[in-house]
Amino acid sequence: MREFTFARAATVEDALDAPRGAVFLAGGTTVVDLMKLDVLRPRVVVDINALPLREITVDGTGLTVASGVRMGDLATHAEVVRAFPLVVEALLAGASQQIRNMASIGGNLLQRTRCGYFRDVCSACNRRAPGSGCAAIDGANRTHAVLGTSPSCVATHPSDLAVALTALDATVRVTGHGGEREVPLREFYRVPGDTPRIENVLGAGELIIAVHVPHPPAEARTTYVKVRDRASYEFALSSAAVVIEARDNVIAGARIAVGGVATVPWRLPAVEAALIGLPATPGGFGDVVARAADGASALTQNGYKIPLLEHTVLRAIEEVFAR
Amino acid sequence: MSTARTCLRVDGEPVALTVDARVTLLDALRDRLGGTGPKKGCDHGQCGACTVHVDGRPALSCLTLLAAADGTDVTTVHSLAADPCGARLQKAFVTHDASQCGFCTPGQLMSAVAALSRADLDAPASIREFMSGNICRCGAYPNIVAAIRSVRNSRDGQDGRDA
Repeated sequence: MREFTFARAATVEDALDAPRGAVFLAGGTTVVDLMKLDVLRPRVVVDINALPLREITVDGTGLTVASGVRMGDLATHAEVVRAFPLVVEALLAGASQQIRNMASIGGNLLQRTRCGYFRDVCSACNRRAPGSGCAAIDGANRTHAVLGTSPSCVATHPSDLAVALTALDATVRVTGHGGEREVPLREFYRVPGDTPRIENVLGAGELIIAVHVPHPPAEARTTYVKVRDRASYEFALSSAAVVIEARDNVIAGARIAVGGVATVPWRLPAVEAALIGLPATPGGFGDVVARAADGASALTQNGYKIPLLEHTVLRAIEEVFAR
Repeated sequence: MSTARTCLRVDGEPVALTVDARVTLLDALRDRLGGTGPKKGCDHGQCGACTVHVDGRPALSCLTLLAAADGTDVTTVHSLAADPCGARLQKAFVTHDASQCGFCTPGQLMSAVAALSRADLDAPASIREFMSGNICRCGAYPNIVAAIRSVRNSRDGQDGRDA
């Protein structure tokens, strides 16, 4: 690990005064790991754990989670368990209980890809070292993305929570010297394009202070399905968060986001539109989910992810109606 | 070298350290405070061997900077023998042969203590899910689950008699 100056911020204003190039430290489960790997080399580390960002509120507008709330605390909050089961399922599908006790909600959204080439400073990686190339495109790419990729980068976004929040149309509240702003999560992440180093719309020194999740419609049913190489404590090969609203036994609304297959949490508007008007009963969704991989392109080792994605979405839709 | 001063409690004792800001809680516990119970396995938050409790909850000491643990109350495997539940659990690990090489055992024990504090963890599947952040390369998992269940069952039985 490179040397750095350690500072403790007592207030949000303190944190925003951090020098350029500083990193914010919350749970540390990403930052400390990547500093040990020499992937992150901050000159200044600002501990933001003392900031008053630990509140969870459920009211008429929905769920508001301060960014310093720990994954485990959100997953066991009684009102969240009752009103936002999709959020809870996605949280509990991620990491381990120890990591969920540590990792913050803001940090979860900002966690970095698990691409082995990104994590290995000896490998080419445009995300870590712009212009160095992408070792994954012709390398070990079995776990890499099939959607949202570019010739520069094919790394997946690792968060389960972000997939659920994308399906729920969550917004991220960001603060900086220019003031506060709300960013829909759907517009928060950036696909890699030619600039994979830029992963989201946060400006220099900006801090996520909260996430807001509106209530899903009263008739909505939700589920989160995650497919992975082992049953627990593993990142998704494919996942799907589904919010389906049925009225008079007909699908009236659908929001579907997928993870593990794309460079950012990925909505499936074609599948959502095709579901509207179909009977809200199990079976008969085969043609609809064939649209799930619209625009997907496989690498040398991850072609299986295209049918896997379709079947993950199918299973999620079927599970919603089986509940 | 940039240093940071950190005050915390470790197994009940107040500790103040001024050390290189890069020192993790795990390295501080092992190398500065001499308690080698918490183990360094992967050192990247993937194996759970370094699990301790921070303010009463399991956490990975390898991914915690000591400086970020300022003001916390840290409990390690060294304090378990003095705790009635912890002592029963240690005994159950022996009885059920819940370790082979033993390297992961301190971390397994710290997660297992937390598992016993959860009323909803009874079925083997839910215990396995809760314990999934602790890897055992010897594969003692069935015996670890059996040890945890035996303490839960004996304790619940005892609670029944007390009531």
